[in-house]
Amino acid sequence: MSDDIILETRGLTKHYGGVHALEDANFVLRKGEHVAIMGDNGAGKSTFVRQITGVEQRTRGEVIFDGQPVNFAGPLDAREAGIEAVFQTLALADHLDVPDNLFLGREKTKWNWLGPFRFLDYKAMRQDTLDALQKTGVKIPNIRNTIQYMSGGQRQCVAIARTASFHSKLTIMDEPTAALGVQETAQVENIVRQLKADGEPLILISHNMRQVFDLVDRVVVFRRGRICANLDIKNEDVTGEDVVAYITGAKTQEGYEDAA
Amino acid sequence: MSNHSDGIGGLKYDKSKKAWPNELNIFFALIIIVLVFEALGQLLPYMKGQSMLFDFNTKRDGTILNIARIKIIILQVSIIGIIALGVTQVIISGGIDLSSGPLVGAAAMIVMSFAQTELVNGNPNPKAVFGAWAFDLPVLVPILVGLLFGAFIGLINGSLIAFTGIPPFIATLGMFLICRGIAQWWTRGQPVSFPTDQFAWLGSGMMPVFWFLLLALLFHVVLKYTVYGKHTYAIGSNEAAARMSGINVKRHKVMVYMIASMLAAFAAIILSSKNLTAQTGMGQFYELFAIAMAVIGGVSLTGGRGSIIGTVLGAMVFGVIQSGFTYIKLDAFYQLMAMGGIIIGAVVLDQWRQRSASARS
Ligand SMILES: Nc1ncnc2c1ncn2[C@@H]1O[C@H](COP(=O)(O)OP(=O)(O)O)[C@@H](O)[C@H]1O
Ligand SMILES: [Mg+2]
Repeated sequence: MSDDIILETRGLTKHYGGVHALEDANFVLRKGEHVAIMGDNGAGKSTFVRQITGVEQRTRGEVIFDGQPVNFAGPLDAREAGIEAVFQTLALADHLDVPDNLFLGREKTKWNWLGPFRFLDYKAMRQDTLDALQKTGVKIPNIRNTIQYMSGGQRQCVAIARTASFHSKLTIMDEPTAALGVQETAQVENIVRQLKADGEPLILISHNMRQVFDLVDRVVVFRRGRICANLDIKNEDVTGEDVVAYITGAKTQEGYEDAA
Repeated sequence: MSNHSDGIGGLKYDKSKKAWPNELNIFFALIIIVLVFEALGQLLPYMKGQSMLFDFNTKRDGTILNIARIKIIILQVSIIGIIALGVTQVIISGGIDLSSGPLVGAAAMIVMSFAQTELVNGNPNPKAVFGAWAFDLPVLVPILVGLLFGAFIGLINGSLIAFTGIPPFIATLGMFLICRGIAQWWTRGQPVSFPTDQFAWLGSGMMPVFWFLLLALLFHVVLKYTVYGKHTYAIGSNEAAARMSGINVKRHKVMVYMIASMLAAFAAIILSSKNLTAQTGMGQFYELFAIAMAVIGGVSLTGGRGSIIGTVLGAMVFGVIQSGFTYIKLDAFYQLMAMGGIIIGAVVLDQWRQRSASARS
């Protein structure tokens, strides 16, 4: 195995009772590489993310992260190992403000000898929040307002700034622009470009063909719980129509006949 | 000085239009309620123009305030107020605790058994629960026993809720009955009396007010400035998000319920010390009154919102209303009915406030 691989899954499988949501997924991501996962609703994309990030426990298969087989007991384990994820259902607390959400679960603190009652370092967290968001181009009038009445784009940018501001070995975004307007989408895409420039690998789940062709190196297509295509869109002659054909099942790539 | 500060992305933000803190609303409500009672004092014929909070005969205590009544109002709400502090963080975390009232009864019985003195006016203590070893123990013993008992009950409450997933309402309702049972079983219904002088001091005079305000300050700091507080809000606001963010939600809930029950047990210590006796029925309705104080104080029953300052103000509103009813000579059964109406009103008002806030944005 070469050590430029950051993530590999072998035979990754998840059944929910009788639902075979993910079946025998073999997936490889190289360091610095940006890969898009595409597929119809219900194809198993989010399920795939949940197995990698320890949100759920897989039925079988292996996950190798940064050269080590891993068994994350929960999302915190995955994050500590260096995997940052923006989940499709944003993990934000409505009644808290922007810095609180950015640092939720990993607050900057002082007087740590107080254990669970250690004090929050609000000042440092606010400064870091300003720094993190300034880069994104998002518009937020006051970071100290609770986020419950913020727009979809602002909330998404908070969620993404959270992952982008903690330097990680792997970032995963599950449909980050699905609910966003044109400008807001552009802001998210800027963050993705920044990650690419920084050499940080990314898995991007998206339905947006234009976005995928603009941003990523490679497209992996899921269909009914199985990977049915692995398309090197940077170097091979692949069109949007081809990808659609794989998504709908009109075509299946050589080597993935199981998925047909 | 400009009122504008720069937001992110070049947006201007007008600081002077900052959201109005809910605590101020409650404070104004408190003033209005006082004014209503003052008006009733003037208008109701049988009141003969008395005032509730003012006493213009400054010779009595040197102020134009009726200090005696103000003291009574605060004293009245202090013990339930201590429980309300714990209930506040339970409700903010998205839960509810119905067991605190009966816990007061059970804890008072147990605590008092370890606080008894040997000789009452030179005669042996007629209410002795244990043998001679339990007489005249250092005051720390009953305090620790009480807090441990509270922690134990809270541990069960919290574990049931966190690990079996049964709704907090059901878990603490079960504990409600269990604690009432414990209170009666402890001495087979006999009251426990005659504490040591040290123990009697804990709840004497204005001491309950002192404890209430001290604990309120402590928990204000804890909820606002510590990781524990932040996670309590986060869990109540979006439990799934809290879990995804790596917060150990189960362990945190257990802590929240343990602290709530320890505060209720502490209230039992103060109450039994104040009354110099413990009876099985003590703490009746306290769980509901404590919840009422929190709710009147703007703690949202759906979780994620509220503050200790709000609850302290809520306790004051509660005390003023209760004392005001007595002052206008409203019979006790009308008082209960009116109290119920006020609690419902507070929740309706809160929901209306939340709706109008989301409509504004
Ligand atoms: N917790 C669950 N229990 C049962 N079935 C589930 C669960 N989560 C997802 N599924 C099913 O698994 C399949 C894949 O879902 P998902 O991974 O969310 O799809 P995608 O993200 O590609 O739209 C769907 O058929 C969905 O209904
Ligand atoms: Mg999905």
